[in-house]
Amino acid sequence: MTIEQQINFHTISVLVDNEPGVLARVIGLFSGRGYNIESLTVAEVDIEKAISRITIVTSGTEMIIEQIKAQLGRLVPIHKVSDLTLDGPHVERELALVKVVGTGDKRVESLRIADIFRARVVDSTNESFVFEIVGDTGKLNAFIDLMRPLGLADISRTGVAAIARGTEGL
Amino acid sequence: MSTTKISGAEIILKALADQGVEVVFGYPGGAVLPIYDAIFNQNQIRHVLVRQEGGAVHAAEGYARSTGKVGVVLVTSGPGATNAVTGLTDALMDSIPIVCLTGQVPTHLIGNDAFQECDTTGITRPCTKHNYLVKDVKDLSKVMHEAFHVARSGRPGPVVIDLPKDVCMALENYTPKEEIELKKYQPRLKPDADRIEEAVKLIAGAKKPVFYCGGGVINSGPEASKLLTEFVRATGYPCTLTLMGLGAYPASDKQFLGMLGMHGTYEANMTMHGCDVMVCVGARFDDRITGRLDAFAPGAKKIHIDIDPSSINKNVKVDIPIVGDVAHVLKDMMKVWKDKKFKPDTKALDKWWAQIADWRAVDSLKFDQSGEIIKPQFVLQRLGELIKGKDSYITTEVGQHQMWAAQYLGFEEPNRWMTSGGLGTMGYGLPAAMGVQIAHPDSLVVDISGEASFLMNMQELSTIAQYRLPVKCLILNNFYMGMVRQWQELLHGSRYSESYMESLPDFVKLADTFGMTGLRTTKPGEVDDILKEMIEIDGPVIADVQIDPTENCFPMIPSGAAHNEMLLGPDDKAAKPVSEEGMVLV
Ligand SMILES: Cc1cc2nc3c(=O)[nH]c(=O)nc-3n(C[C@H](O)[C@H](O)[C@H](O)COP(=O)(O)OP(=O)(O)OC[C@H]3O[C@@H](n4cnc5c(N)ncnc54)[C@H](O)[C@@H]3O)c2cc1C
Ligand SMILES: Cc1ncc(C[n+]2csc(CCOP(=O)(O)OP(=O)(O)O)c2C)c(N)n1
Ligand SMILES: [Mg+2]
Repeated sequence: MTIEQQINFHTISVLVDNEPGVLARVIGLFSGRGYNIESLTVAEVDIEKAISRITIVTSGTEMIIEQIKAQLGRLVPIHKVSDLTLDGPHVERELALVKVVGTGDKRVESLRIADIFRARVVDSTNESFVFEIVGDTGKLNAFIDLMRPLGLADISRTGVAAIARGTEGL
Repeated sequence: MSTTKISGAEIILKALADQGVEVVFGYPGGAVLPIYDAIFNQNQIRHVLVRQEGGAVHAAEGYARSTGKVGVVLVTSGPGATNAVTGLTDALMDSIPIVCLTGQVPTHLIGNDAFQECDTTGITRPCTKHNYLVKDVKDLSKVMHEAFHVARSGRPGPVVIDLPKDVCMALENYTPKEEIELKKYQPRLKPDADRIEEAVKLIAGAKKPVFYCGGGVINSGPEASKLLTEFVRATGYPCTLTLMGLGAYPASDKQFLGMLGMHGTYEANMTMHGCDVMVCVGARFDDRITGRLDAFAPGAKKIHIDIDPSSINKNVKVDIPIVGDVAHVLKDMMKVWKDKKFKPDTKALDKWWAQIADWRAVDSLKFDQSGEIIKPQFVLQRLGELIKGKDSYITTEVGQHQMWAAQYLGFEEPNRWMTSGGLGTMGYGLPAAMGVQIAHPDSLVVDISGEASFLMNMQELSTIAQYRLPVKCLILNNFYMGMVRQWQELLHGSRYSESYMESLPDFVKLADTFGMTGLRTTKPGEVDDILKEMIEIDGPVIADVQIDPTENCFPMIPSGAAHNEMLLGPDDKAAKPVSEEGMVLV
C-alpha cells in the first residue's frame, strides 16, 4: 500500500452556528459523500454567540481527509474547521457508562479492575454496578473488553471530545 | 430600518427590488398567495408565469448564466417545491446563482403532515448551496439579503428560502441591504502571492504547456475572459475549454484547440495527454474530462486555480493549488509575467505546436454530407456560419445534439452558451431559452434540441406564447434518444432497448397550436433555407430538422479509457473494445 492509499484516523473540530439543521448539514455531507464517521459529538460552547463545537473522528486517505475538511469549510454556518491530528498534540477524552451485572467473584473482580482504570461507581444494586469511566478511546475499549466476561450488560458512550494542547484556542 | 411595519410578503418584494431583481420566474399556490398579493400591488418586479416549476428554475438559470445576475424563482409549498428540485440540483452542479423562494405551511402546522406540506429544507439541503427556513418575520430581511450574498459570492449556487405563510402575513419593519451586516460567508478572492510567483515561473519554463479552462472563468465575469485571453496570448500557449467554459476564450483564435474531454477534439485531448505543464483555470477535473484517472496527463505538473478549496485535489492531485477568483488570480499572474519579463521557450514551443499541428491534421470533427440524409454536424456548422457576428445566445438540451452543438458552434464571448453540463438535465434548454430571451429581448435565442429532450418540458411552449418570446427551437430529430442509442450500440451489443421515440407529435402542427411558426425539412439542400427562415422570422419557431438516425457523436473517449485511446469514428470502434471496468461507469 502506498502512502496515498493508507487510511488514517483524524479528529476534526468544527465551530458552527448553533442553528436548526446545522447538524443535519454536517451528517448529510458525510453520508451523501460516503465519508466515515467513527464518532461525532456536539454541544454549545458559546451561549452568547450561539456557537457549537462539533468533534468528528473520521477515517480516510490523505486526499479524502483533505476533501472532508474542504467540504465542511464550504458549509455556510461553519466558522472554522481544524484537524487536531495534523495541527499538533491534542487531548482526546471520552466518557462511558458501563453496566455490569453479576454476583460473587465476578462482582469483586469487576470492582478491582474498575479501581485500576480509575472508573467510578455511580450506581449499584446487590447484583449490578454502573461504572463511569473517562479516558481516550483505547482505554475505554480496554475496560469494556475486560468487563465482558464479568457480566457486561449495557454501555453508553459519549463519543470523543478533543482539544489542542498549549495556549492556543480554536 | 424604516419605522412603518409592512407584511412579510412586502418585505420580500422590497428586498428583491433592493437586490436589483427585475424578474421572478414562478408559479402560484396556496402557501404563496400572500406573496402573489404583494406582486399584484407593485409594478417594479416582473413576474413570468411558467407552466411547471421545473421550468421556472431552468428559466432562472438561463437568465442568470446569460447576464451574470442572480436568477430568482418563486414556487408554492409541497409539489411546487419538489418540482423545483431537479433545477436546483442542476444549478448546484453547474455553479449557477439562484435564489428560490418556496412557500410553506404556517409555522404552527409544520411537522403535522399538513396539506401540501413537505420538508423543503430537508429535501433541498443536499441540492442547494445553502437553505433557510424563516420562522420569524424579524429575521426575514436579513435572510433575504444574506441569501443573495451566498448565491452570488464565491462559487455561485442555488439558495432556497422556505417561507411559512404566517411569516409572509406577519407585520415587521424592513431592513435595507446596506444595514445588514454580512460577516458569515466571505470566500477568499485574492490569491497567495508566493503561489502566483511559483506558478508563473513554472508556466514560463514549460516546454509542452496547455491551458485547460472551464466554467469558473465564466462565473468570474467577462473581465476574467478578457484577462485569460490576454494571458494565453502573451504566452503563445495552446488553450482548450470544457463544455461549461465555451466562450471563455475566442473559438476562432489560432491558439484554441476546441473542447476537450469525452467528446472533445483529438488535438485537445492529445495535448492534454502529452503536456508537461497544465494550467487549469476554473475547471474541476470532471470525469468527462479526465477519462481513466491513472492515465490522465501522466507527465504533467499541474497548476489549479479555483475559488472553491473542495475542487482542489478532489479527483486529481495537483502541484500548485491556487485558491482565489479567476480574474484576481489572472491579473496577478499577468503582472508577475510582465514585471519579471518572463518569455516563453520559443524553441520548445515551436516543436510543441508542430506536434499539435499533426494532431489537428487528423481533423477529428470531419464528417461527410454527401448523401441524401441530413447530417447533424452539417446543420450546426451551417447555423454557426449563419449567426456569425449576430447578437445570439444558444441553449441546449442533453444528448448527441448538445455535443454536436459544442463541437461545431464557435463561441467568441462568455455568457452566450447555456447548457446543462454537470447534471445533464434533459428538458433544460427550452425553459433556459425563455429565461435568456427575457433578459435579452432583442437578441436571437436558439434552443438546440433533440426530439426526446424537447418532450420533457414542452409545456413551456405555452409560456413562450404568452410572453411572445421569439425563441427558436431547432430540433435535430433522429427519432431516437440518440445518446442512449449510441451507448447501446457501442457498449451493449446494439440492443436498442427502449431508446426509440415512438408516437412523436407533428412538430409543425404543435407549433401551430401555440401560434408559433413550424418548419420541417428532411433534405440537406433545404437546410440553409430553413435555418435562414428560422432566424429571420420575427417570432417563436419550431424547426423539425430530421437527421440521420444512425449518426454517432465522435470523437469519443469511451468510459474508463485514457485520452490517447479515443475513438475517432465508426471504423475505430471495433478495433478498441470497451473494457469491463469501463462499462460500469456512466
Ligand atoms: C452528455 C454529456 C457529455 C459531456 N461531455 C463532455 C465533454 O466531452 N467535455 C467536457 O468538457 N464536458 C462534458 N460534459 C460536461 C461535464 O459533465 C461537466 O459539466 C463539465 O466538464 C464541467 O466543466 P468545468 O470543469 O468547467 O466545471 P464547472 O462545473 O463549470 O465548475 C467550475 C469550477 O470553477 C470554480 N469556480 C467557480 N467560480 C469561480 C471563480 N470566480 N474563480 C475561480 N474558480 C471558480 C468552481 O469552484 C468549479 O470548480 C458533458 C455533459 C453531458 C451532459
Ligand atoms: C432527465 C433525464 N433523463 C434521462 C437522461 C439520460 N439521457 C441522456 S441523453 C438521452 C437521450 C436524449 O435524446 P434526444 O433529446 O433526442 O437527443 P439526441 O441524443 O437524440 O440528440 C437520455 C435519455 C437525462 N440526461 N436526463
Ligand atoms: Mg434524438
